[in-house]
Amino acid sequence: MEYETVIGLEVHVQLQTQSKMFCSCRADYQTAAANTRVCPVCLGLPGTLPVINKKAVEFTIMTGLALGCSIPNLTKFDRKNYPYPDLMKGYQISQYDMPLAIDGQLAISADDQDRIVRVERVHLEEDVSKLQHVGEGSDDSHSLVDVNRSGVPLMEVVSHPDLRTPEEARSYLTKLHSIIQYLGVSTANAQDGSFRCDANISLRPIGQKDYGTKAEIKNMNSLRAVFMALSHEQDRQKKVLDSGERVIQETRGWSEYRNVTYSQRSKEEAHDYRYFPEPDLPPLVIEDSWIEEIQNKLPELADDRLTRFTVQYGLPEYDARLLTNSKDMADYYERATGPNDSRGKPDKRFAKNVSNWILGDLSRLLHLEDRQICESPVSPENLAELIDLVDKDIVSVSMAKTVLEEAFESGGSPAQIVQEKGYTQISDTSAVETAVGEAIDANPQAVSDYRGGKETAAKFLVGQVMKNTKGQAKPDLVNKLIIAALEKLK
Amino acid sequence: MEKLNWLSIQEAHDQLTSKQISSVELTQACLDRINAVEDEVQSFLTITPEIALSQAAHADRLLAAGDSLPLTGIPVQIKDVLCTEGVPTTCASRMLENFIPVYNATVVEKLSNQGAVMLGKGNMDEFAMGSSCENSAFHPTRNPWDLERVPGGSSGGAAASVASGETIFSLGSDTGGSVRQPASLCGVVGLKPTYGLVSRYGLVAFASSLDQVGPVGRSVKDCAFVLNAIAGHDAKDATSVVREQKDYTSNLGQEINGLKLGIPEEYFVDGMESGVRQVIDEAIAKLEELGASIHPVSLPTTRYALACYYIIAPSECSANLARYDGVKYGYSYQGTNDLWEALEKTREFGFGPEVTRRVMLGTYALSTGYYDAYYLKAQQARTLIRQDFDQVFREVDALITPTSPVTAFKIGEKVGDPVQMYLIDACTLPVNIAGLPGLSIPCGFSDGLPVGMQFIGPHFSEETLLKAAHAYEIATDWNKSRPTL
Repeated sequence: MEYETVIGLEVHVQLQTQSKMFCSCRADYQTAAANTRVCPVCLGLPGTLPVINKKAVEFTIMTGLALGCSIPNLTKFDRKNYPYPDLMKGYQISQYDMPLAIDGQLAISADDQDRIVRVERVHLEEDVSKLQHVGEGSDDSHSLVDVNRSGVPLMEVVSHPDLRTPEEARSYLTKLHSIIQYLGVSTANAQDGSFRCDANISLRPIGQKDYGTKAEIKNMNSLRAVFMALSHEQDRQKKVLDSGERVIQETRGWSEYRNVTYSQRSKEEAHDYRYFPEPDLPPLVIEDSWIEEIQNKLPELADDRLTRFTVQYGLPEYDARLLTNSKDMADYYERATGPNDSRGKPDKRFAKNVSNWILGDLSRLLHLEDRQICESPVSPENLAELIDLVDKDIVSVSMAKTVLEEAFESGGSPAQIVQEKGYTQISDTSAVETAVGEAIDANPQAVSDYRGGKETAAKFLVGQVMKNTKGQAKPDLVNKLIIAALEKLK
Repeated sequence: MEKLNWLSIQEAHDQLTSKQISSVELTQACLDRINAVEDEVQSFLTITPEIALSQAAHADRLLAAGDSLPLTGIPVQIKDVLCTEGVPTTCASRMLENFIPVYNATVVEKLSNQGAVMLGKGNMDEFAMGSSCENSAFHPTRNPWDLERVPGGSSGGAAASVASGETIFSLGSDTGGSVRQPASLCGVVGLKPTYGLVSRYGLVAFASSLDQVGPVGRSVKDCAFVLNAIAGHDAKDATSVVREQKDYTSNLGQEINGLKLGIPEEYFVDGMESGVRQVIDEAIAKLEELGASIHPVSLPTTRYALACYYIIAPSECSANLARYDGVKYGYSYQGTNDLWEALEKTREFGFGPEVTRRVMLGTYALSTGYYDAYYLKAQQARTLIRQDFDQVFREVDALITPTSPVTAFKIGEKVGDPVQMYLIDACTLPVNIAGLPGLSIPCGFSDGLPVGMQFIGPHFSEETLLKAAHAYEIATDWNKSRPTL
């Protein structure tokens, strides 16, 4: 039977606030030694009370607005009850039925199709402690609790089950990730857990209206993992259904290592969270004036920036889309492209060159070392300098690639590398003529081949000159002089 | 000369500032009294003589420097549900038997900033759940008027220590009557302030939307002095309100001519002892004699209050007490390697039966499928109860009721019947449900046992309640009676 896949995503985003969600502890727990970002409140000591972090509320409203959500004027927090040693109070302060933002949407493009995915809600809650299990399986096995993360503001973005393929899920996450980064509300780093995704996935026969039984997939630590896990789970459920069995409603984990999803908890074992309004926090009234203020502060987002890139820099849409997908890359691009020229307009040829270098060689180098563009050893200024060197005929394009690699390695300035290593292009005609003469003298066979009508022999000779000049001769000059010399010999 | 431990706050303050006595002497008088009667009364869970004497010496230096506030050098007992840095805070529970807080509750900090002297921590029903102090995991407290009887609860230690002259005043907490009812049973004054007037930070939570810290004293004015010290907005408590600072003693002594007092018929019901009824009727007559006008009023939703309370309080308590899992602090069951078994055993042995009962009630009431029928309904009833009060306060300035329908009962008399025990709080619970201020003052005796009269007013009407109660108090002197110990 043919099935349609139905996917909904819940994304947890750690907000980049100075202090935690309900106390004044610093939220920069990632870099802090274990249990050094703690106080009676986030330790959940008896008698302590939470106080709402206004910045976290603002960041959540901001995200809601960027997703086109409406912001209700009244919101509240609730207690979500479940026992676990990582939960200091035995309940998590979250939002149940009155979230900060509701009914938004996200435009995605995947599988050559543009689609709108509805965002059900954006709400605010607190993160839990980190457990570290030591010596599992041994007599001495135990768990350590690091409370630093407890109480760090956590924003949850919940989509409707509008996604139909793992590729769409990946596209949704990419887009959401970009928006979060553009807003500057989170580092949104999947590796360190500040951008985490859970997925609900079910299958139904094509044409059927009711949803099938879903599984919730957890432990996916990257975009790739989400894609892989959903693809795997889609296949697994299809096999289950095809064999006439029923999918069980359960929570499944994703094993990156084994490349499978596995059962963690069935519905019967699921918690009854016993949500009820948090009595320690009065309902929050969100004034229209505040919403407006936040709306006015919204930074330019990817879609707007894409359009601007095509207009301002004359970039093809393809380039503009790739560059603006990540805020870091778009920022890098604009820093490299630099200020406008004297006529108040960017040099569009230069702007396109910058795009080519970023999307081409620089991206390749970054990818090889699995680095983000914000970690690039070649600064935007240095990349611009390199492109300038090519433009001014100081180095050839092929030599520039070598320079980029060396700059990537050392972090040094391209101009300095070119000077120190003597990579300057030889555009002095007499010097190149000497090299051309030597190449012709040393390769009589090629010369006679050319005379015999084999034009590729000229290319061979050009290559010889380039080799002998260690790539420094200006290629089109070499080409011109070789042809001239060969024609003379004809 | 009267023993120093029986002084009022005003008298003590005057004698301290005029250098007739020192805080060390005053404190020592209280410690001596504790030594003399504590074996019988048992109002303390922890006595801290070293801290008391060192704080008293500090207070004496402040007094010598002329740098004194009304509570400087005045001894106080703190209910063991309020966090005290470095001093055990057990909530009268095995669960927290060895728990020593790393911080002071805001009210404790405020008293400390005034230079008050902490004598120790007061006994209570475990986690403030109970009406007799018999639910203390460590020992019951006895009523100074009759050692065979309970002092009331949950702030039984607070009331008994004040009534027996072990302290000048005490701090209690009131979730459904826990300050007022023991004050009534011990013949002292107890005030539950408007919800939000006093910070709850550092008050170990029982039912967060109902809990409020309140003073117990031997006179209305003493309670007013303490309220001055502890009231006010606290940035650490989002439910505390921002209000202009007031001097709650300033209206005391004013006449109550023309004050409209309502008598809600629903508070004079079955199960009320005739002796209590008689005393309250006389007290009402006295108030009328003092110039107040008396109006019969009705609060028809009162009959839902008990049920409403026993949904909301246990629900909140079930979450508030979830943190006691044996992992981080407090009692921890050690006989297993299984996390969940350890958690269950910790709670099984750490909590007493009343706490367990309420945690289970609350867990049940909040469960999927029951939430709408219980918690949600109770919240709706809560709104109606509030509206009832709002309505009646358009007609009268305050309400007069008995604080407790019964006088102090015998230890062990009601422990076997939780519902009978719950009914004792019928007159005090609605006040917490509506977040109103309530004040209990002694108004006579029934068979030699104290009877308390409760004043209930609109939100933030403490000044009115204190004024009216004070007028009654100085006209009657019931508060001057003392138990023989």
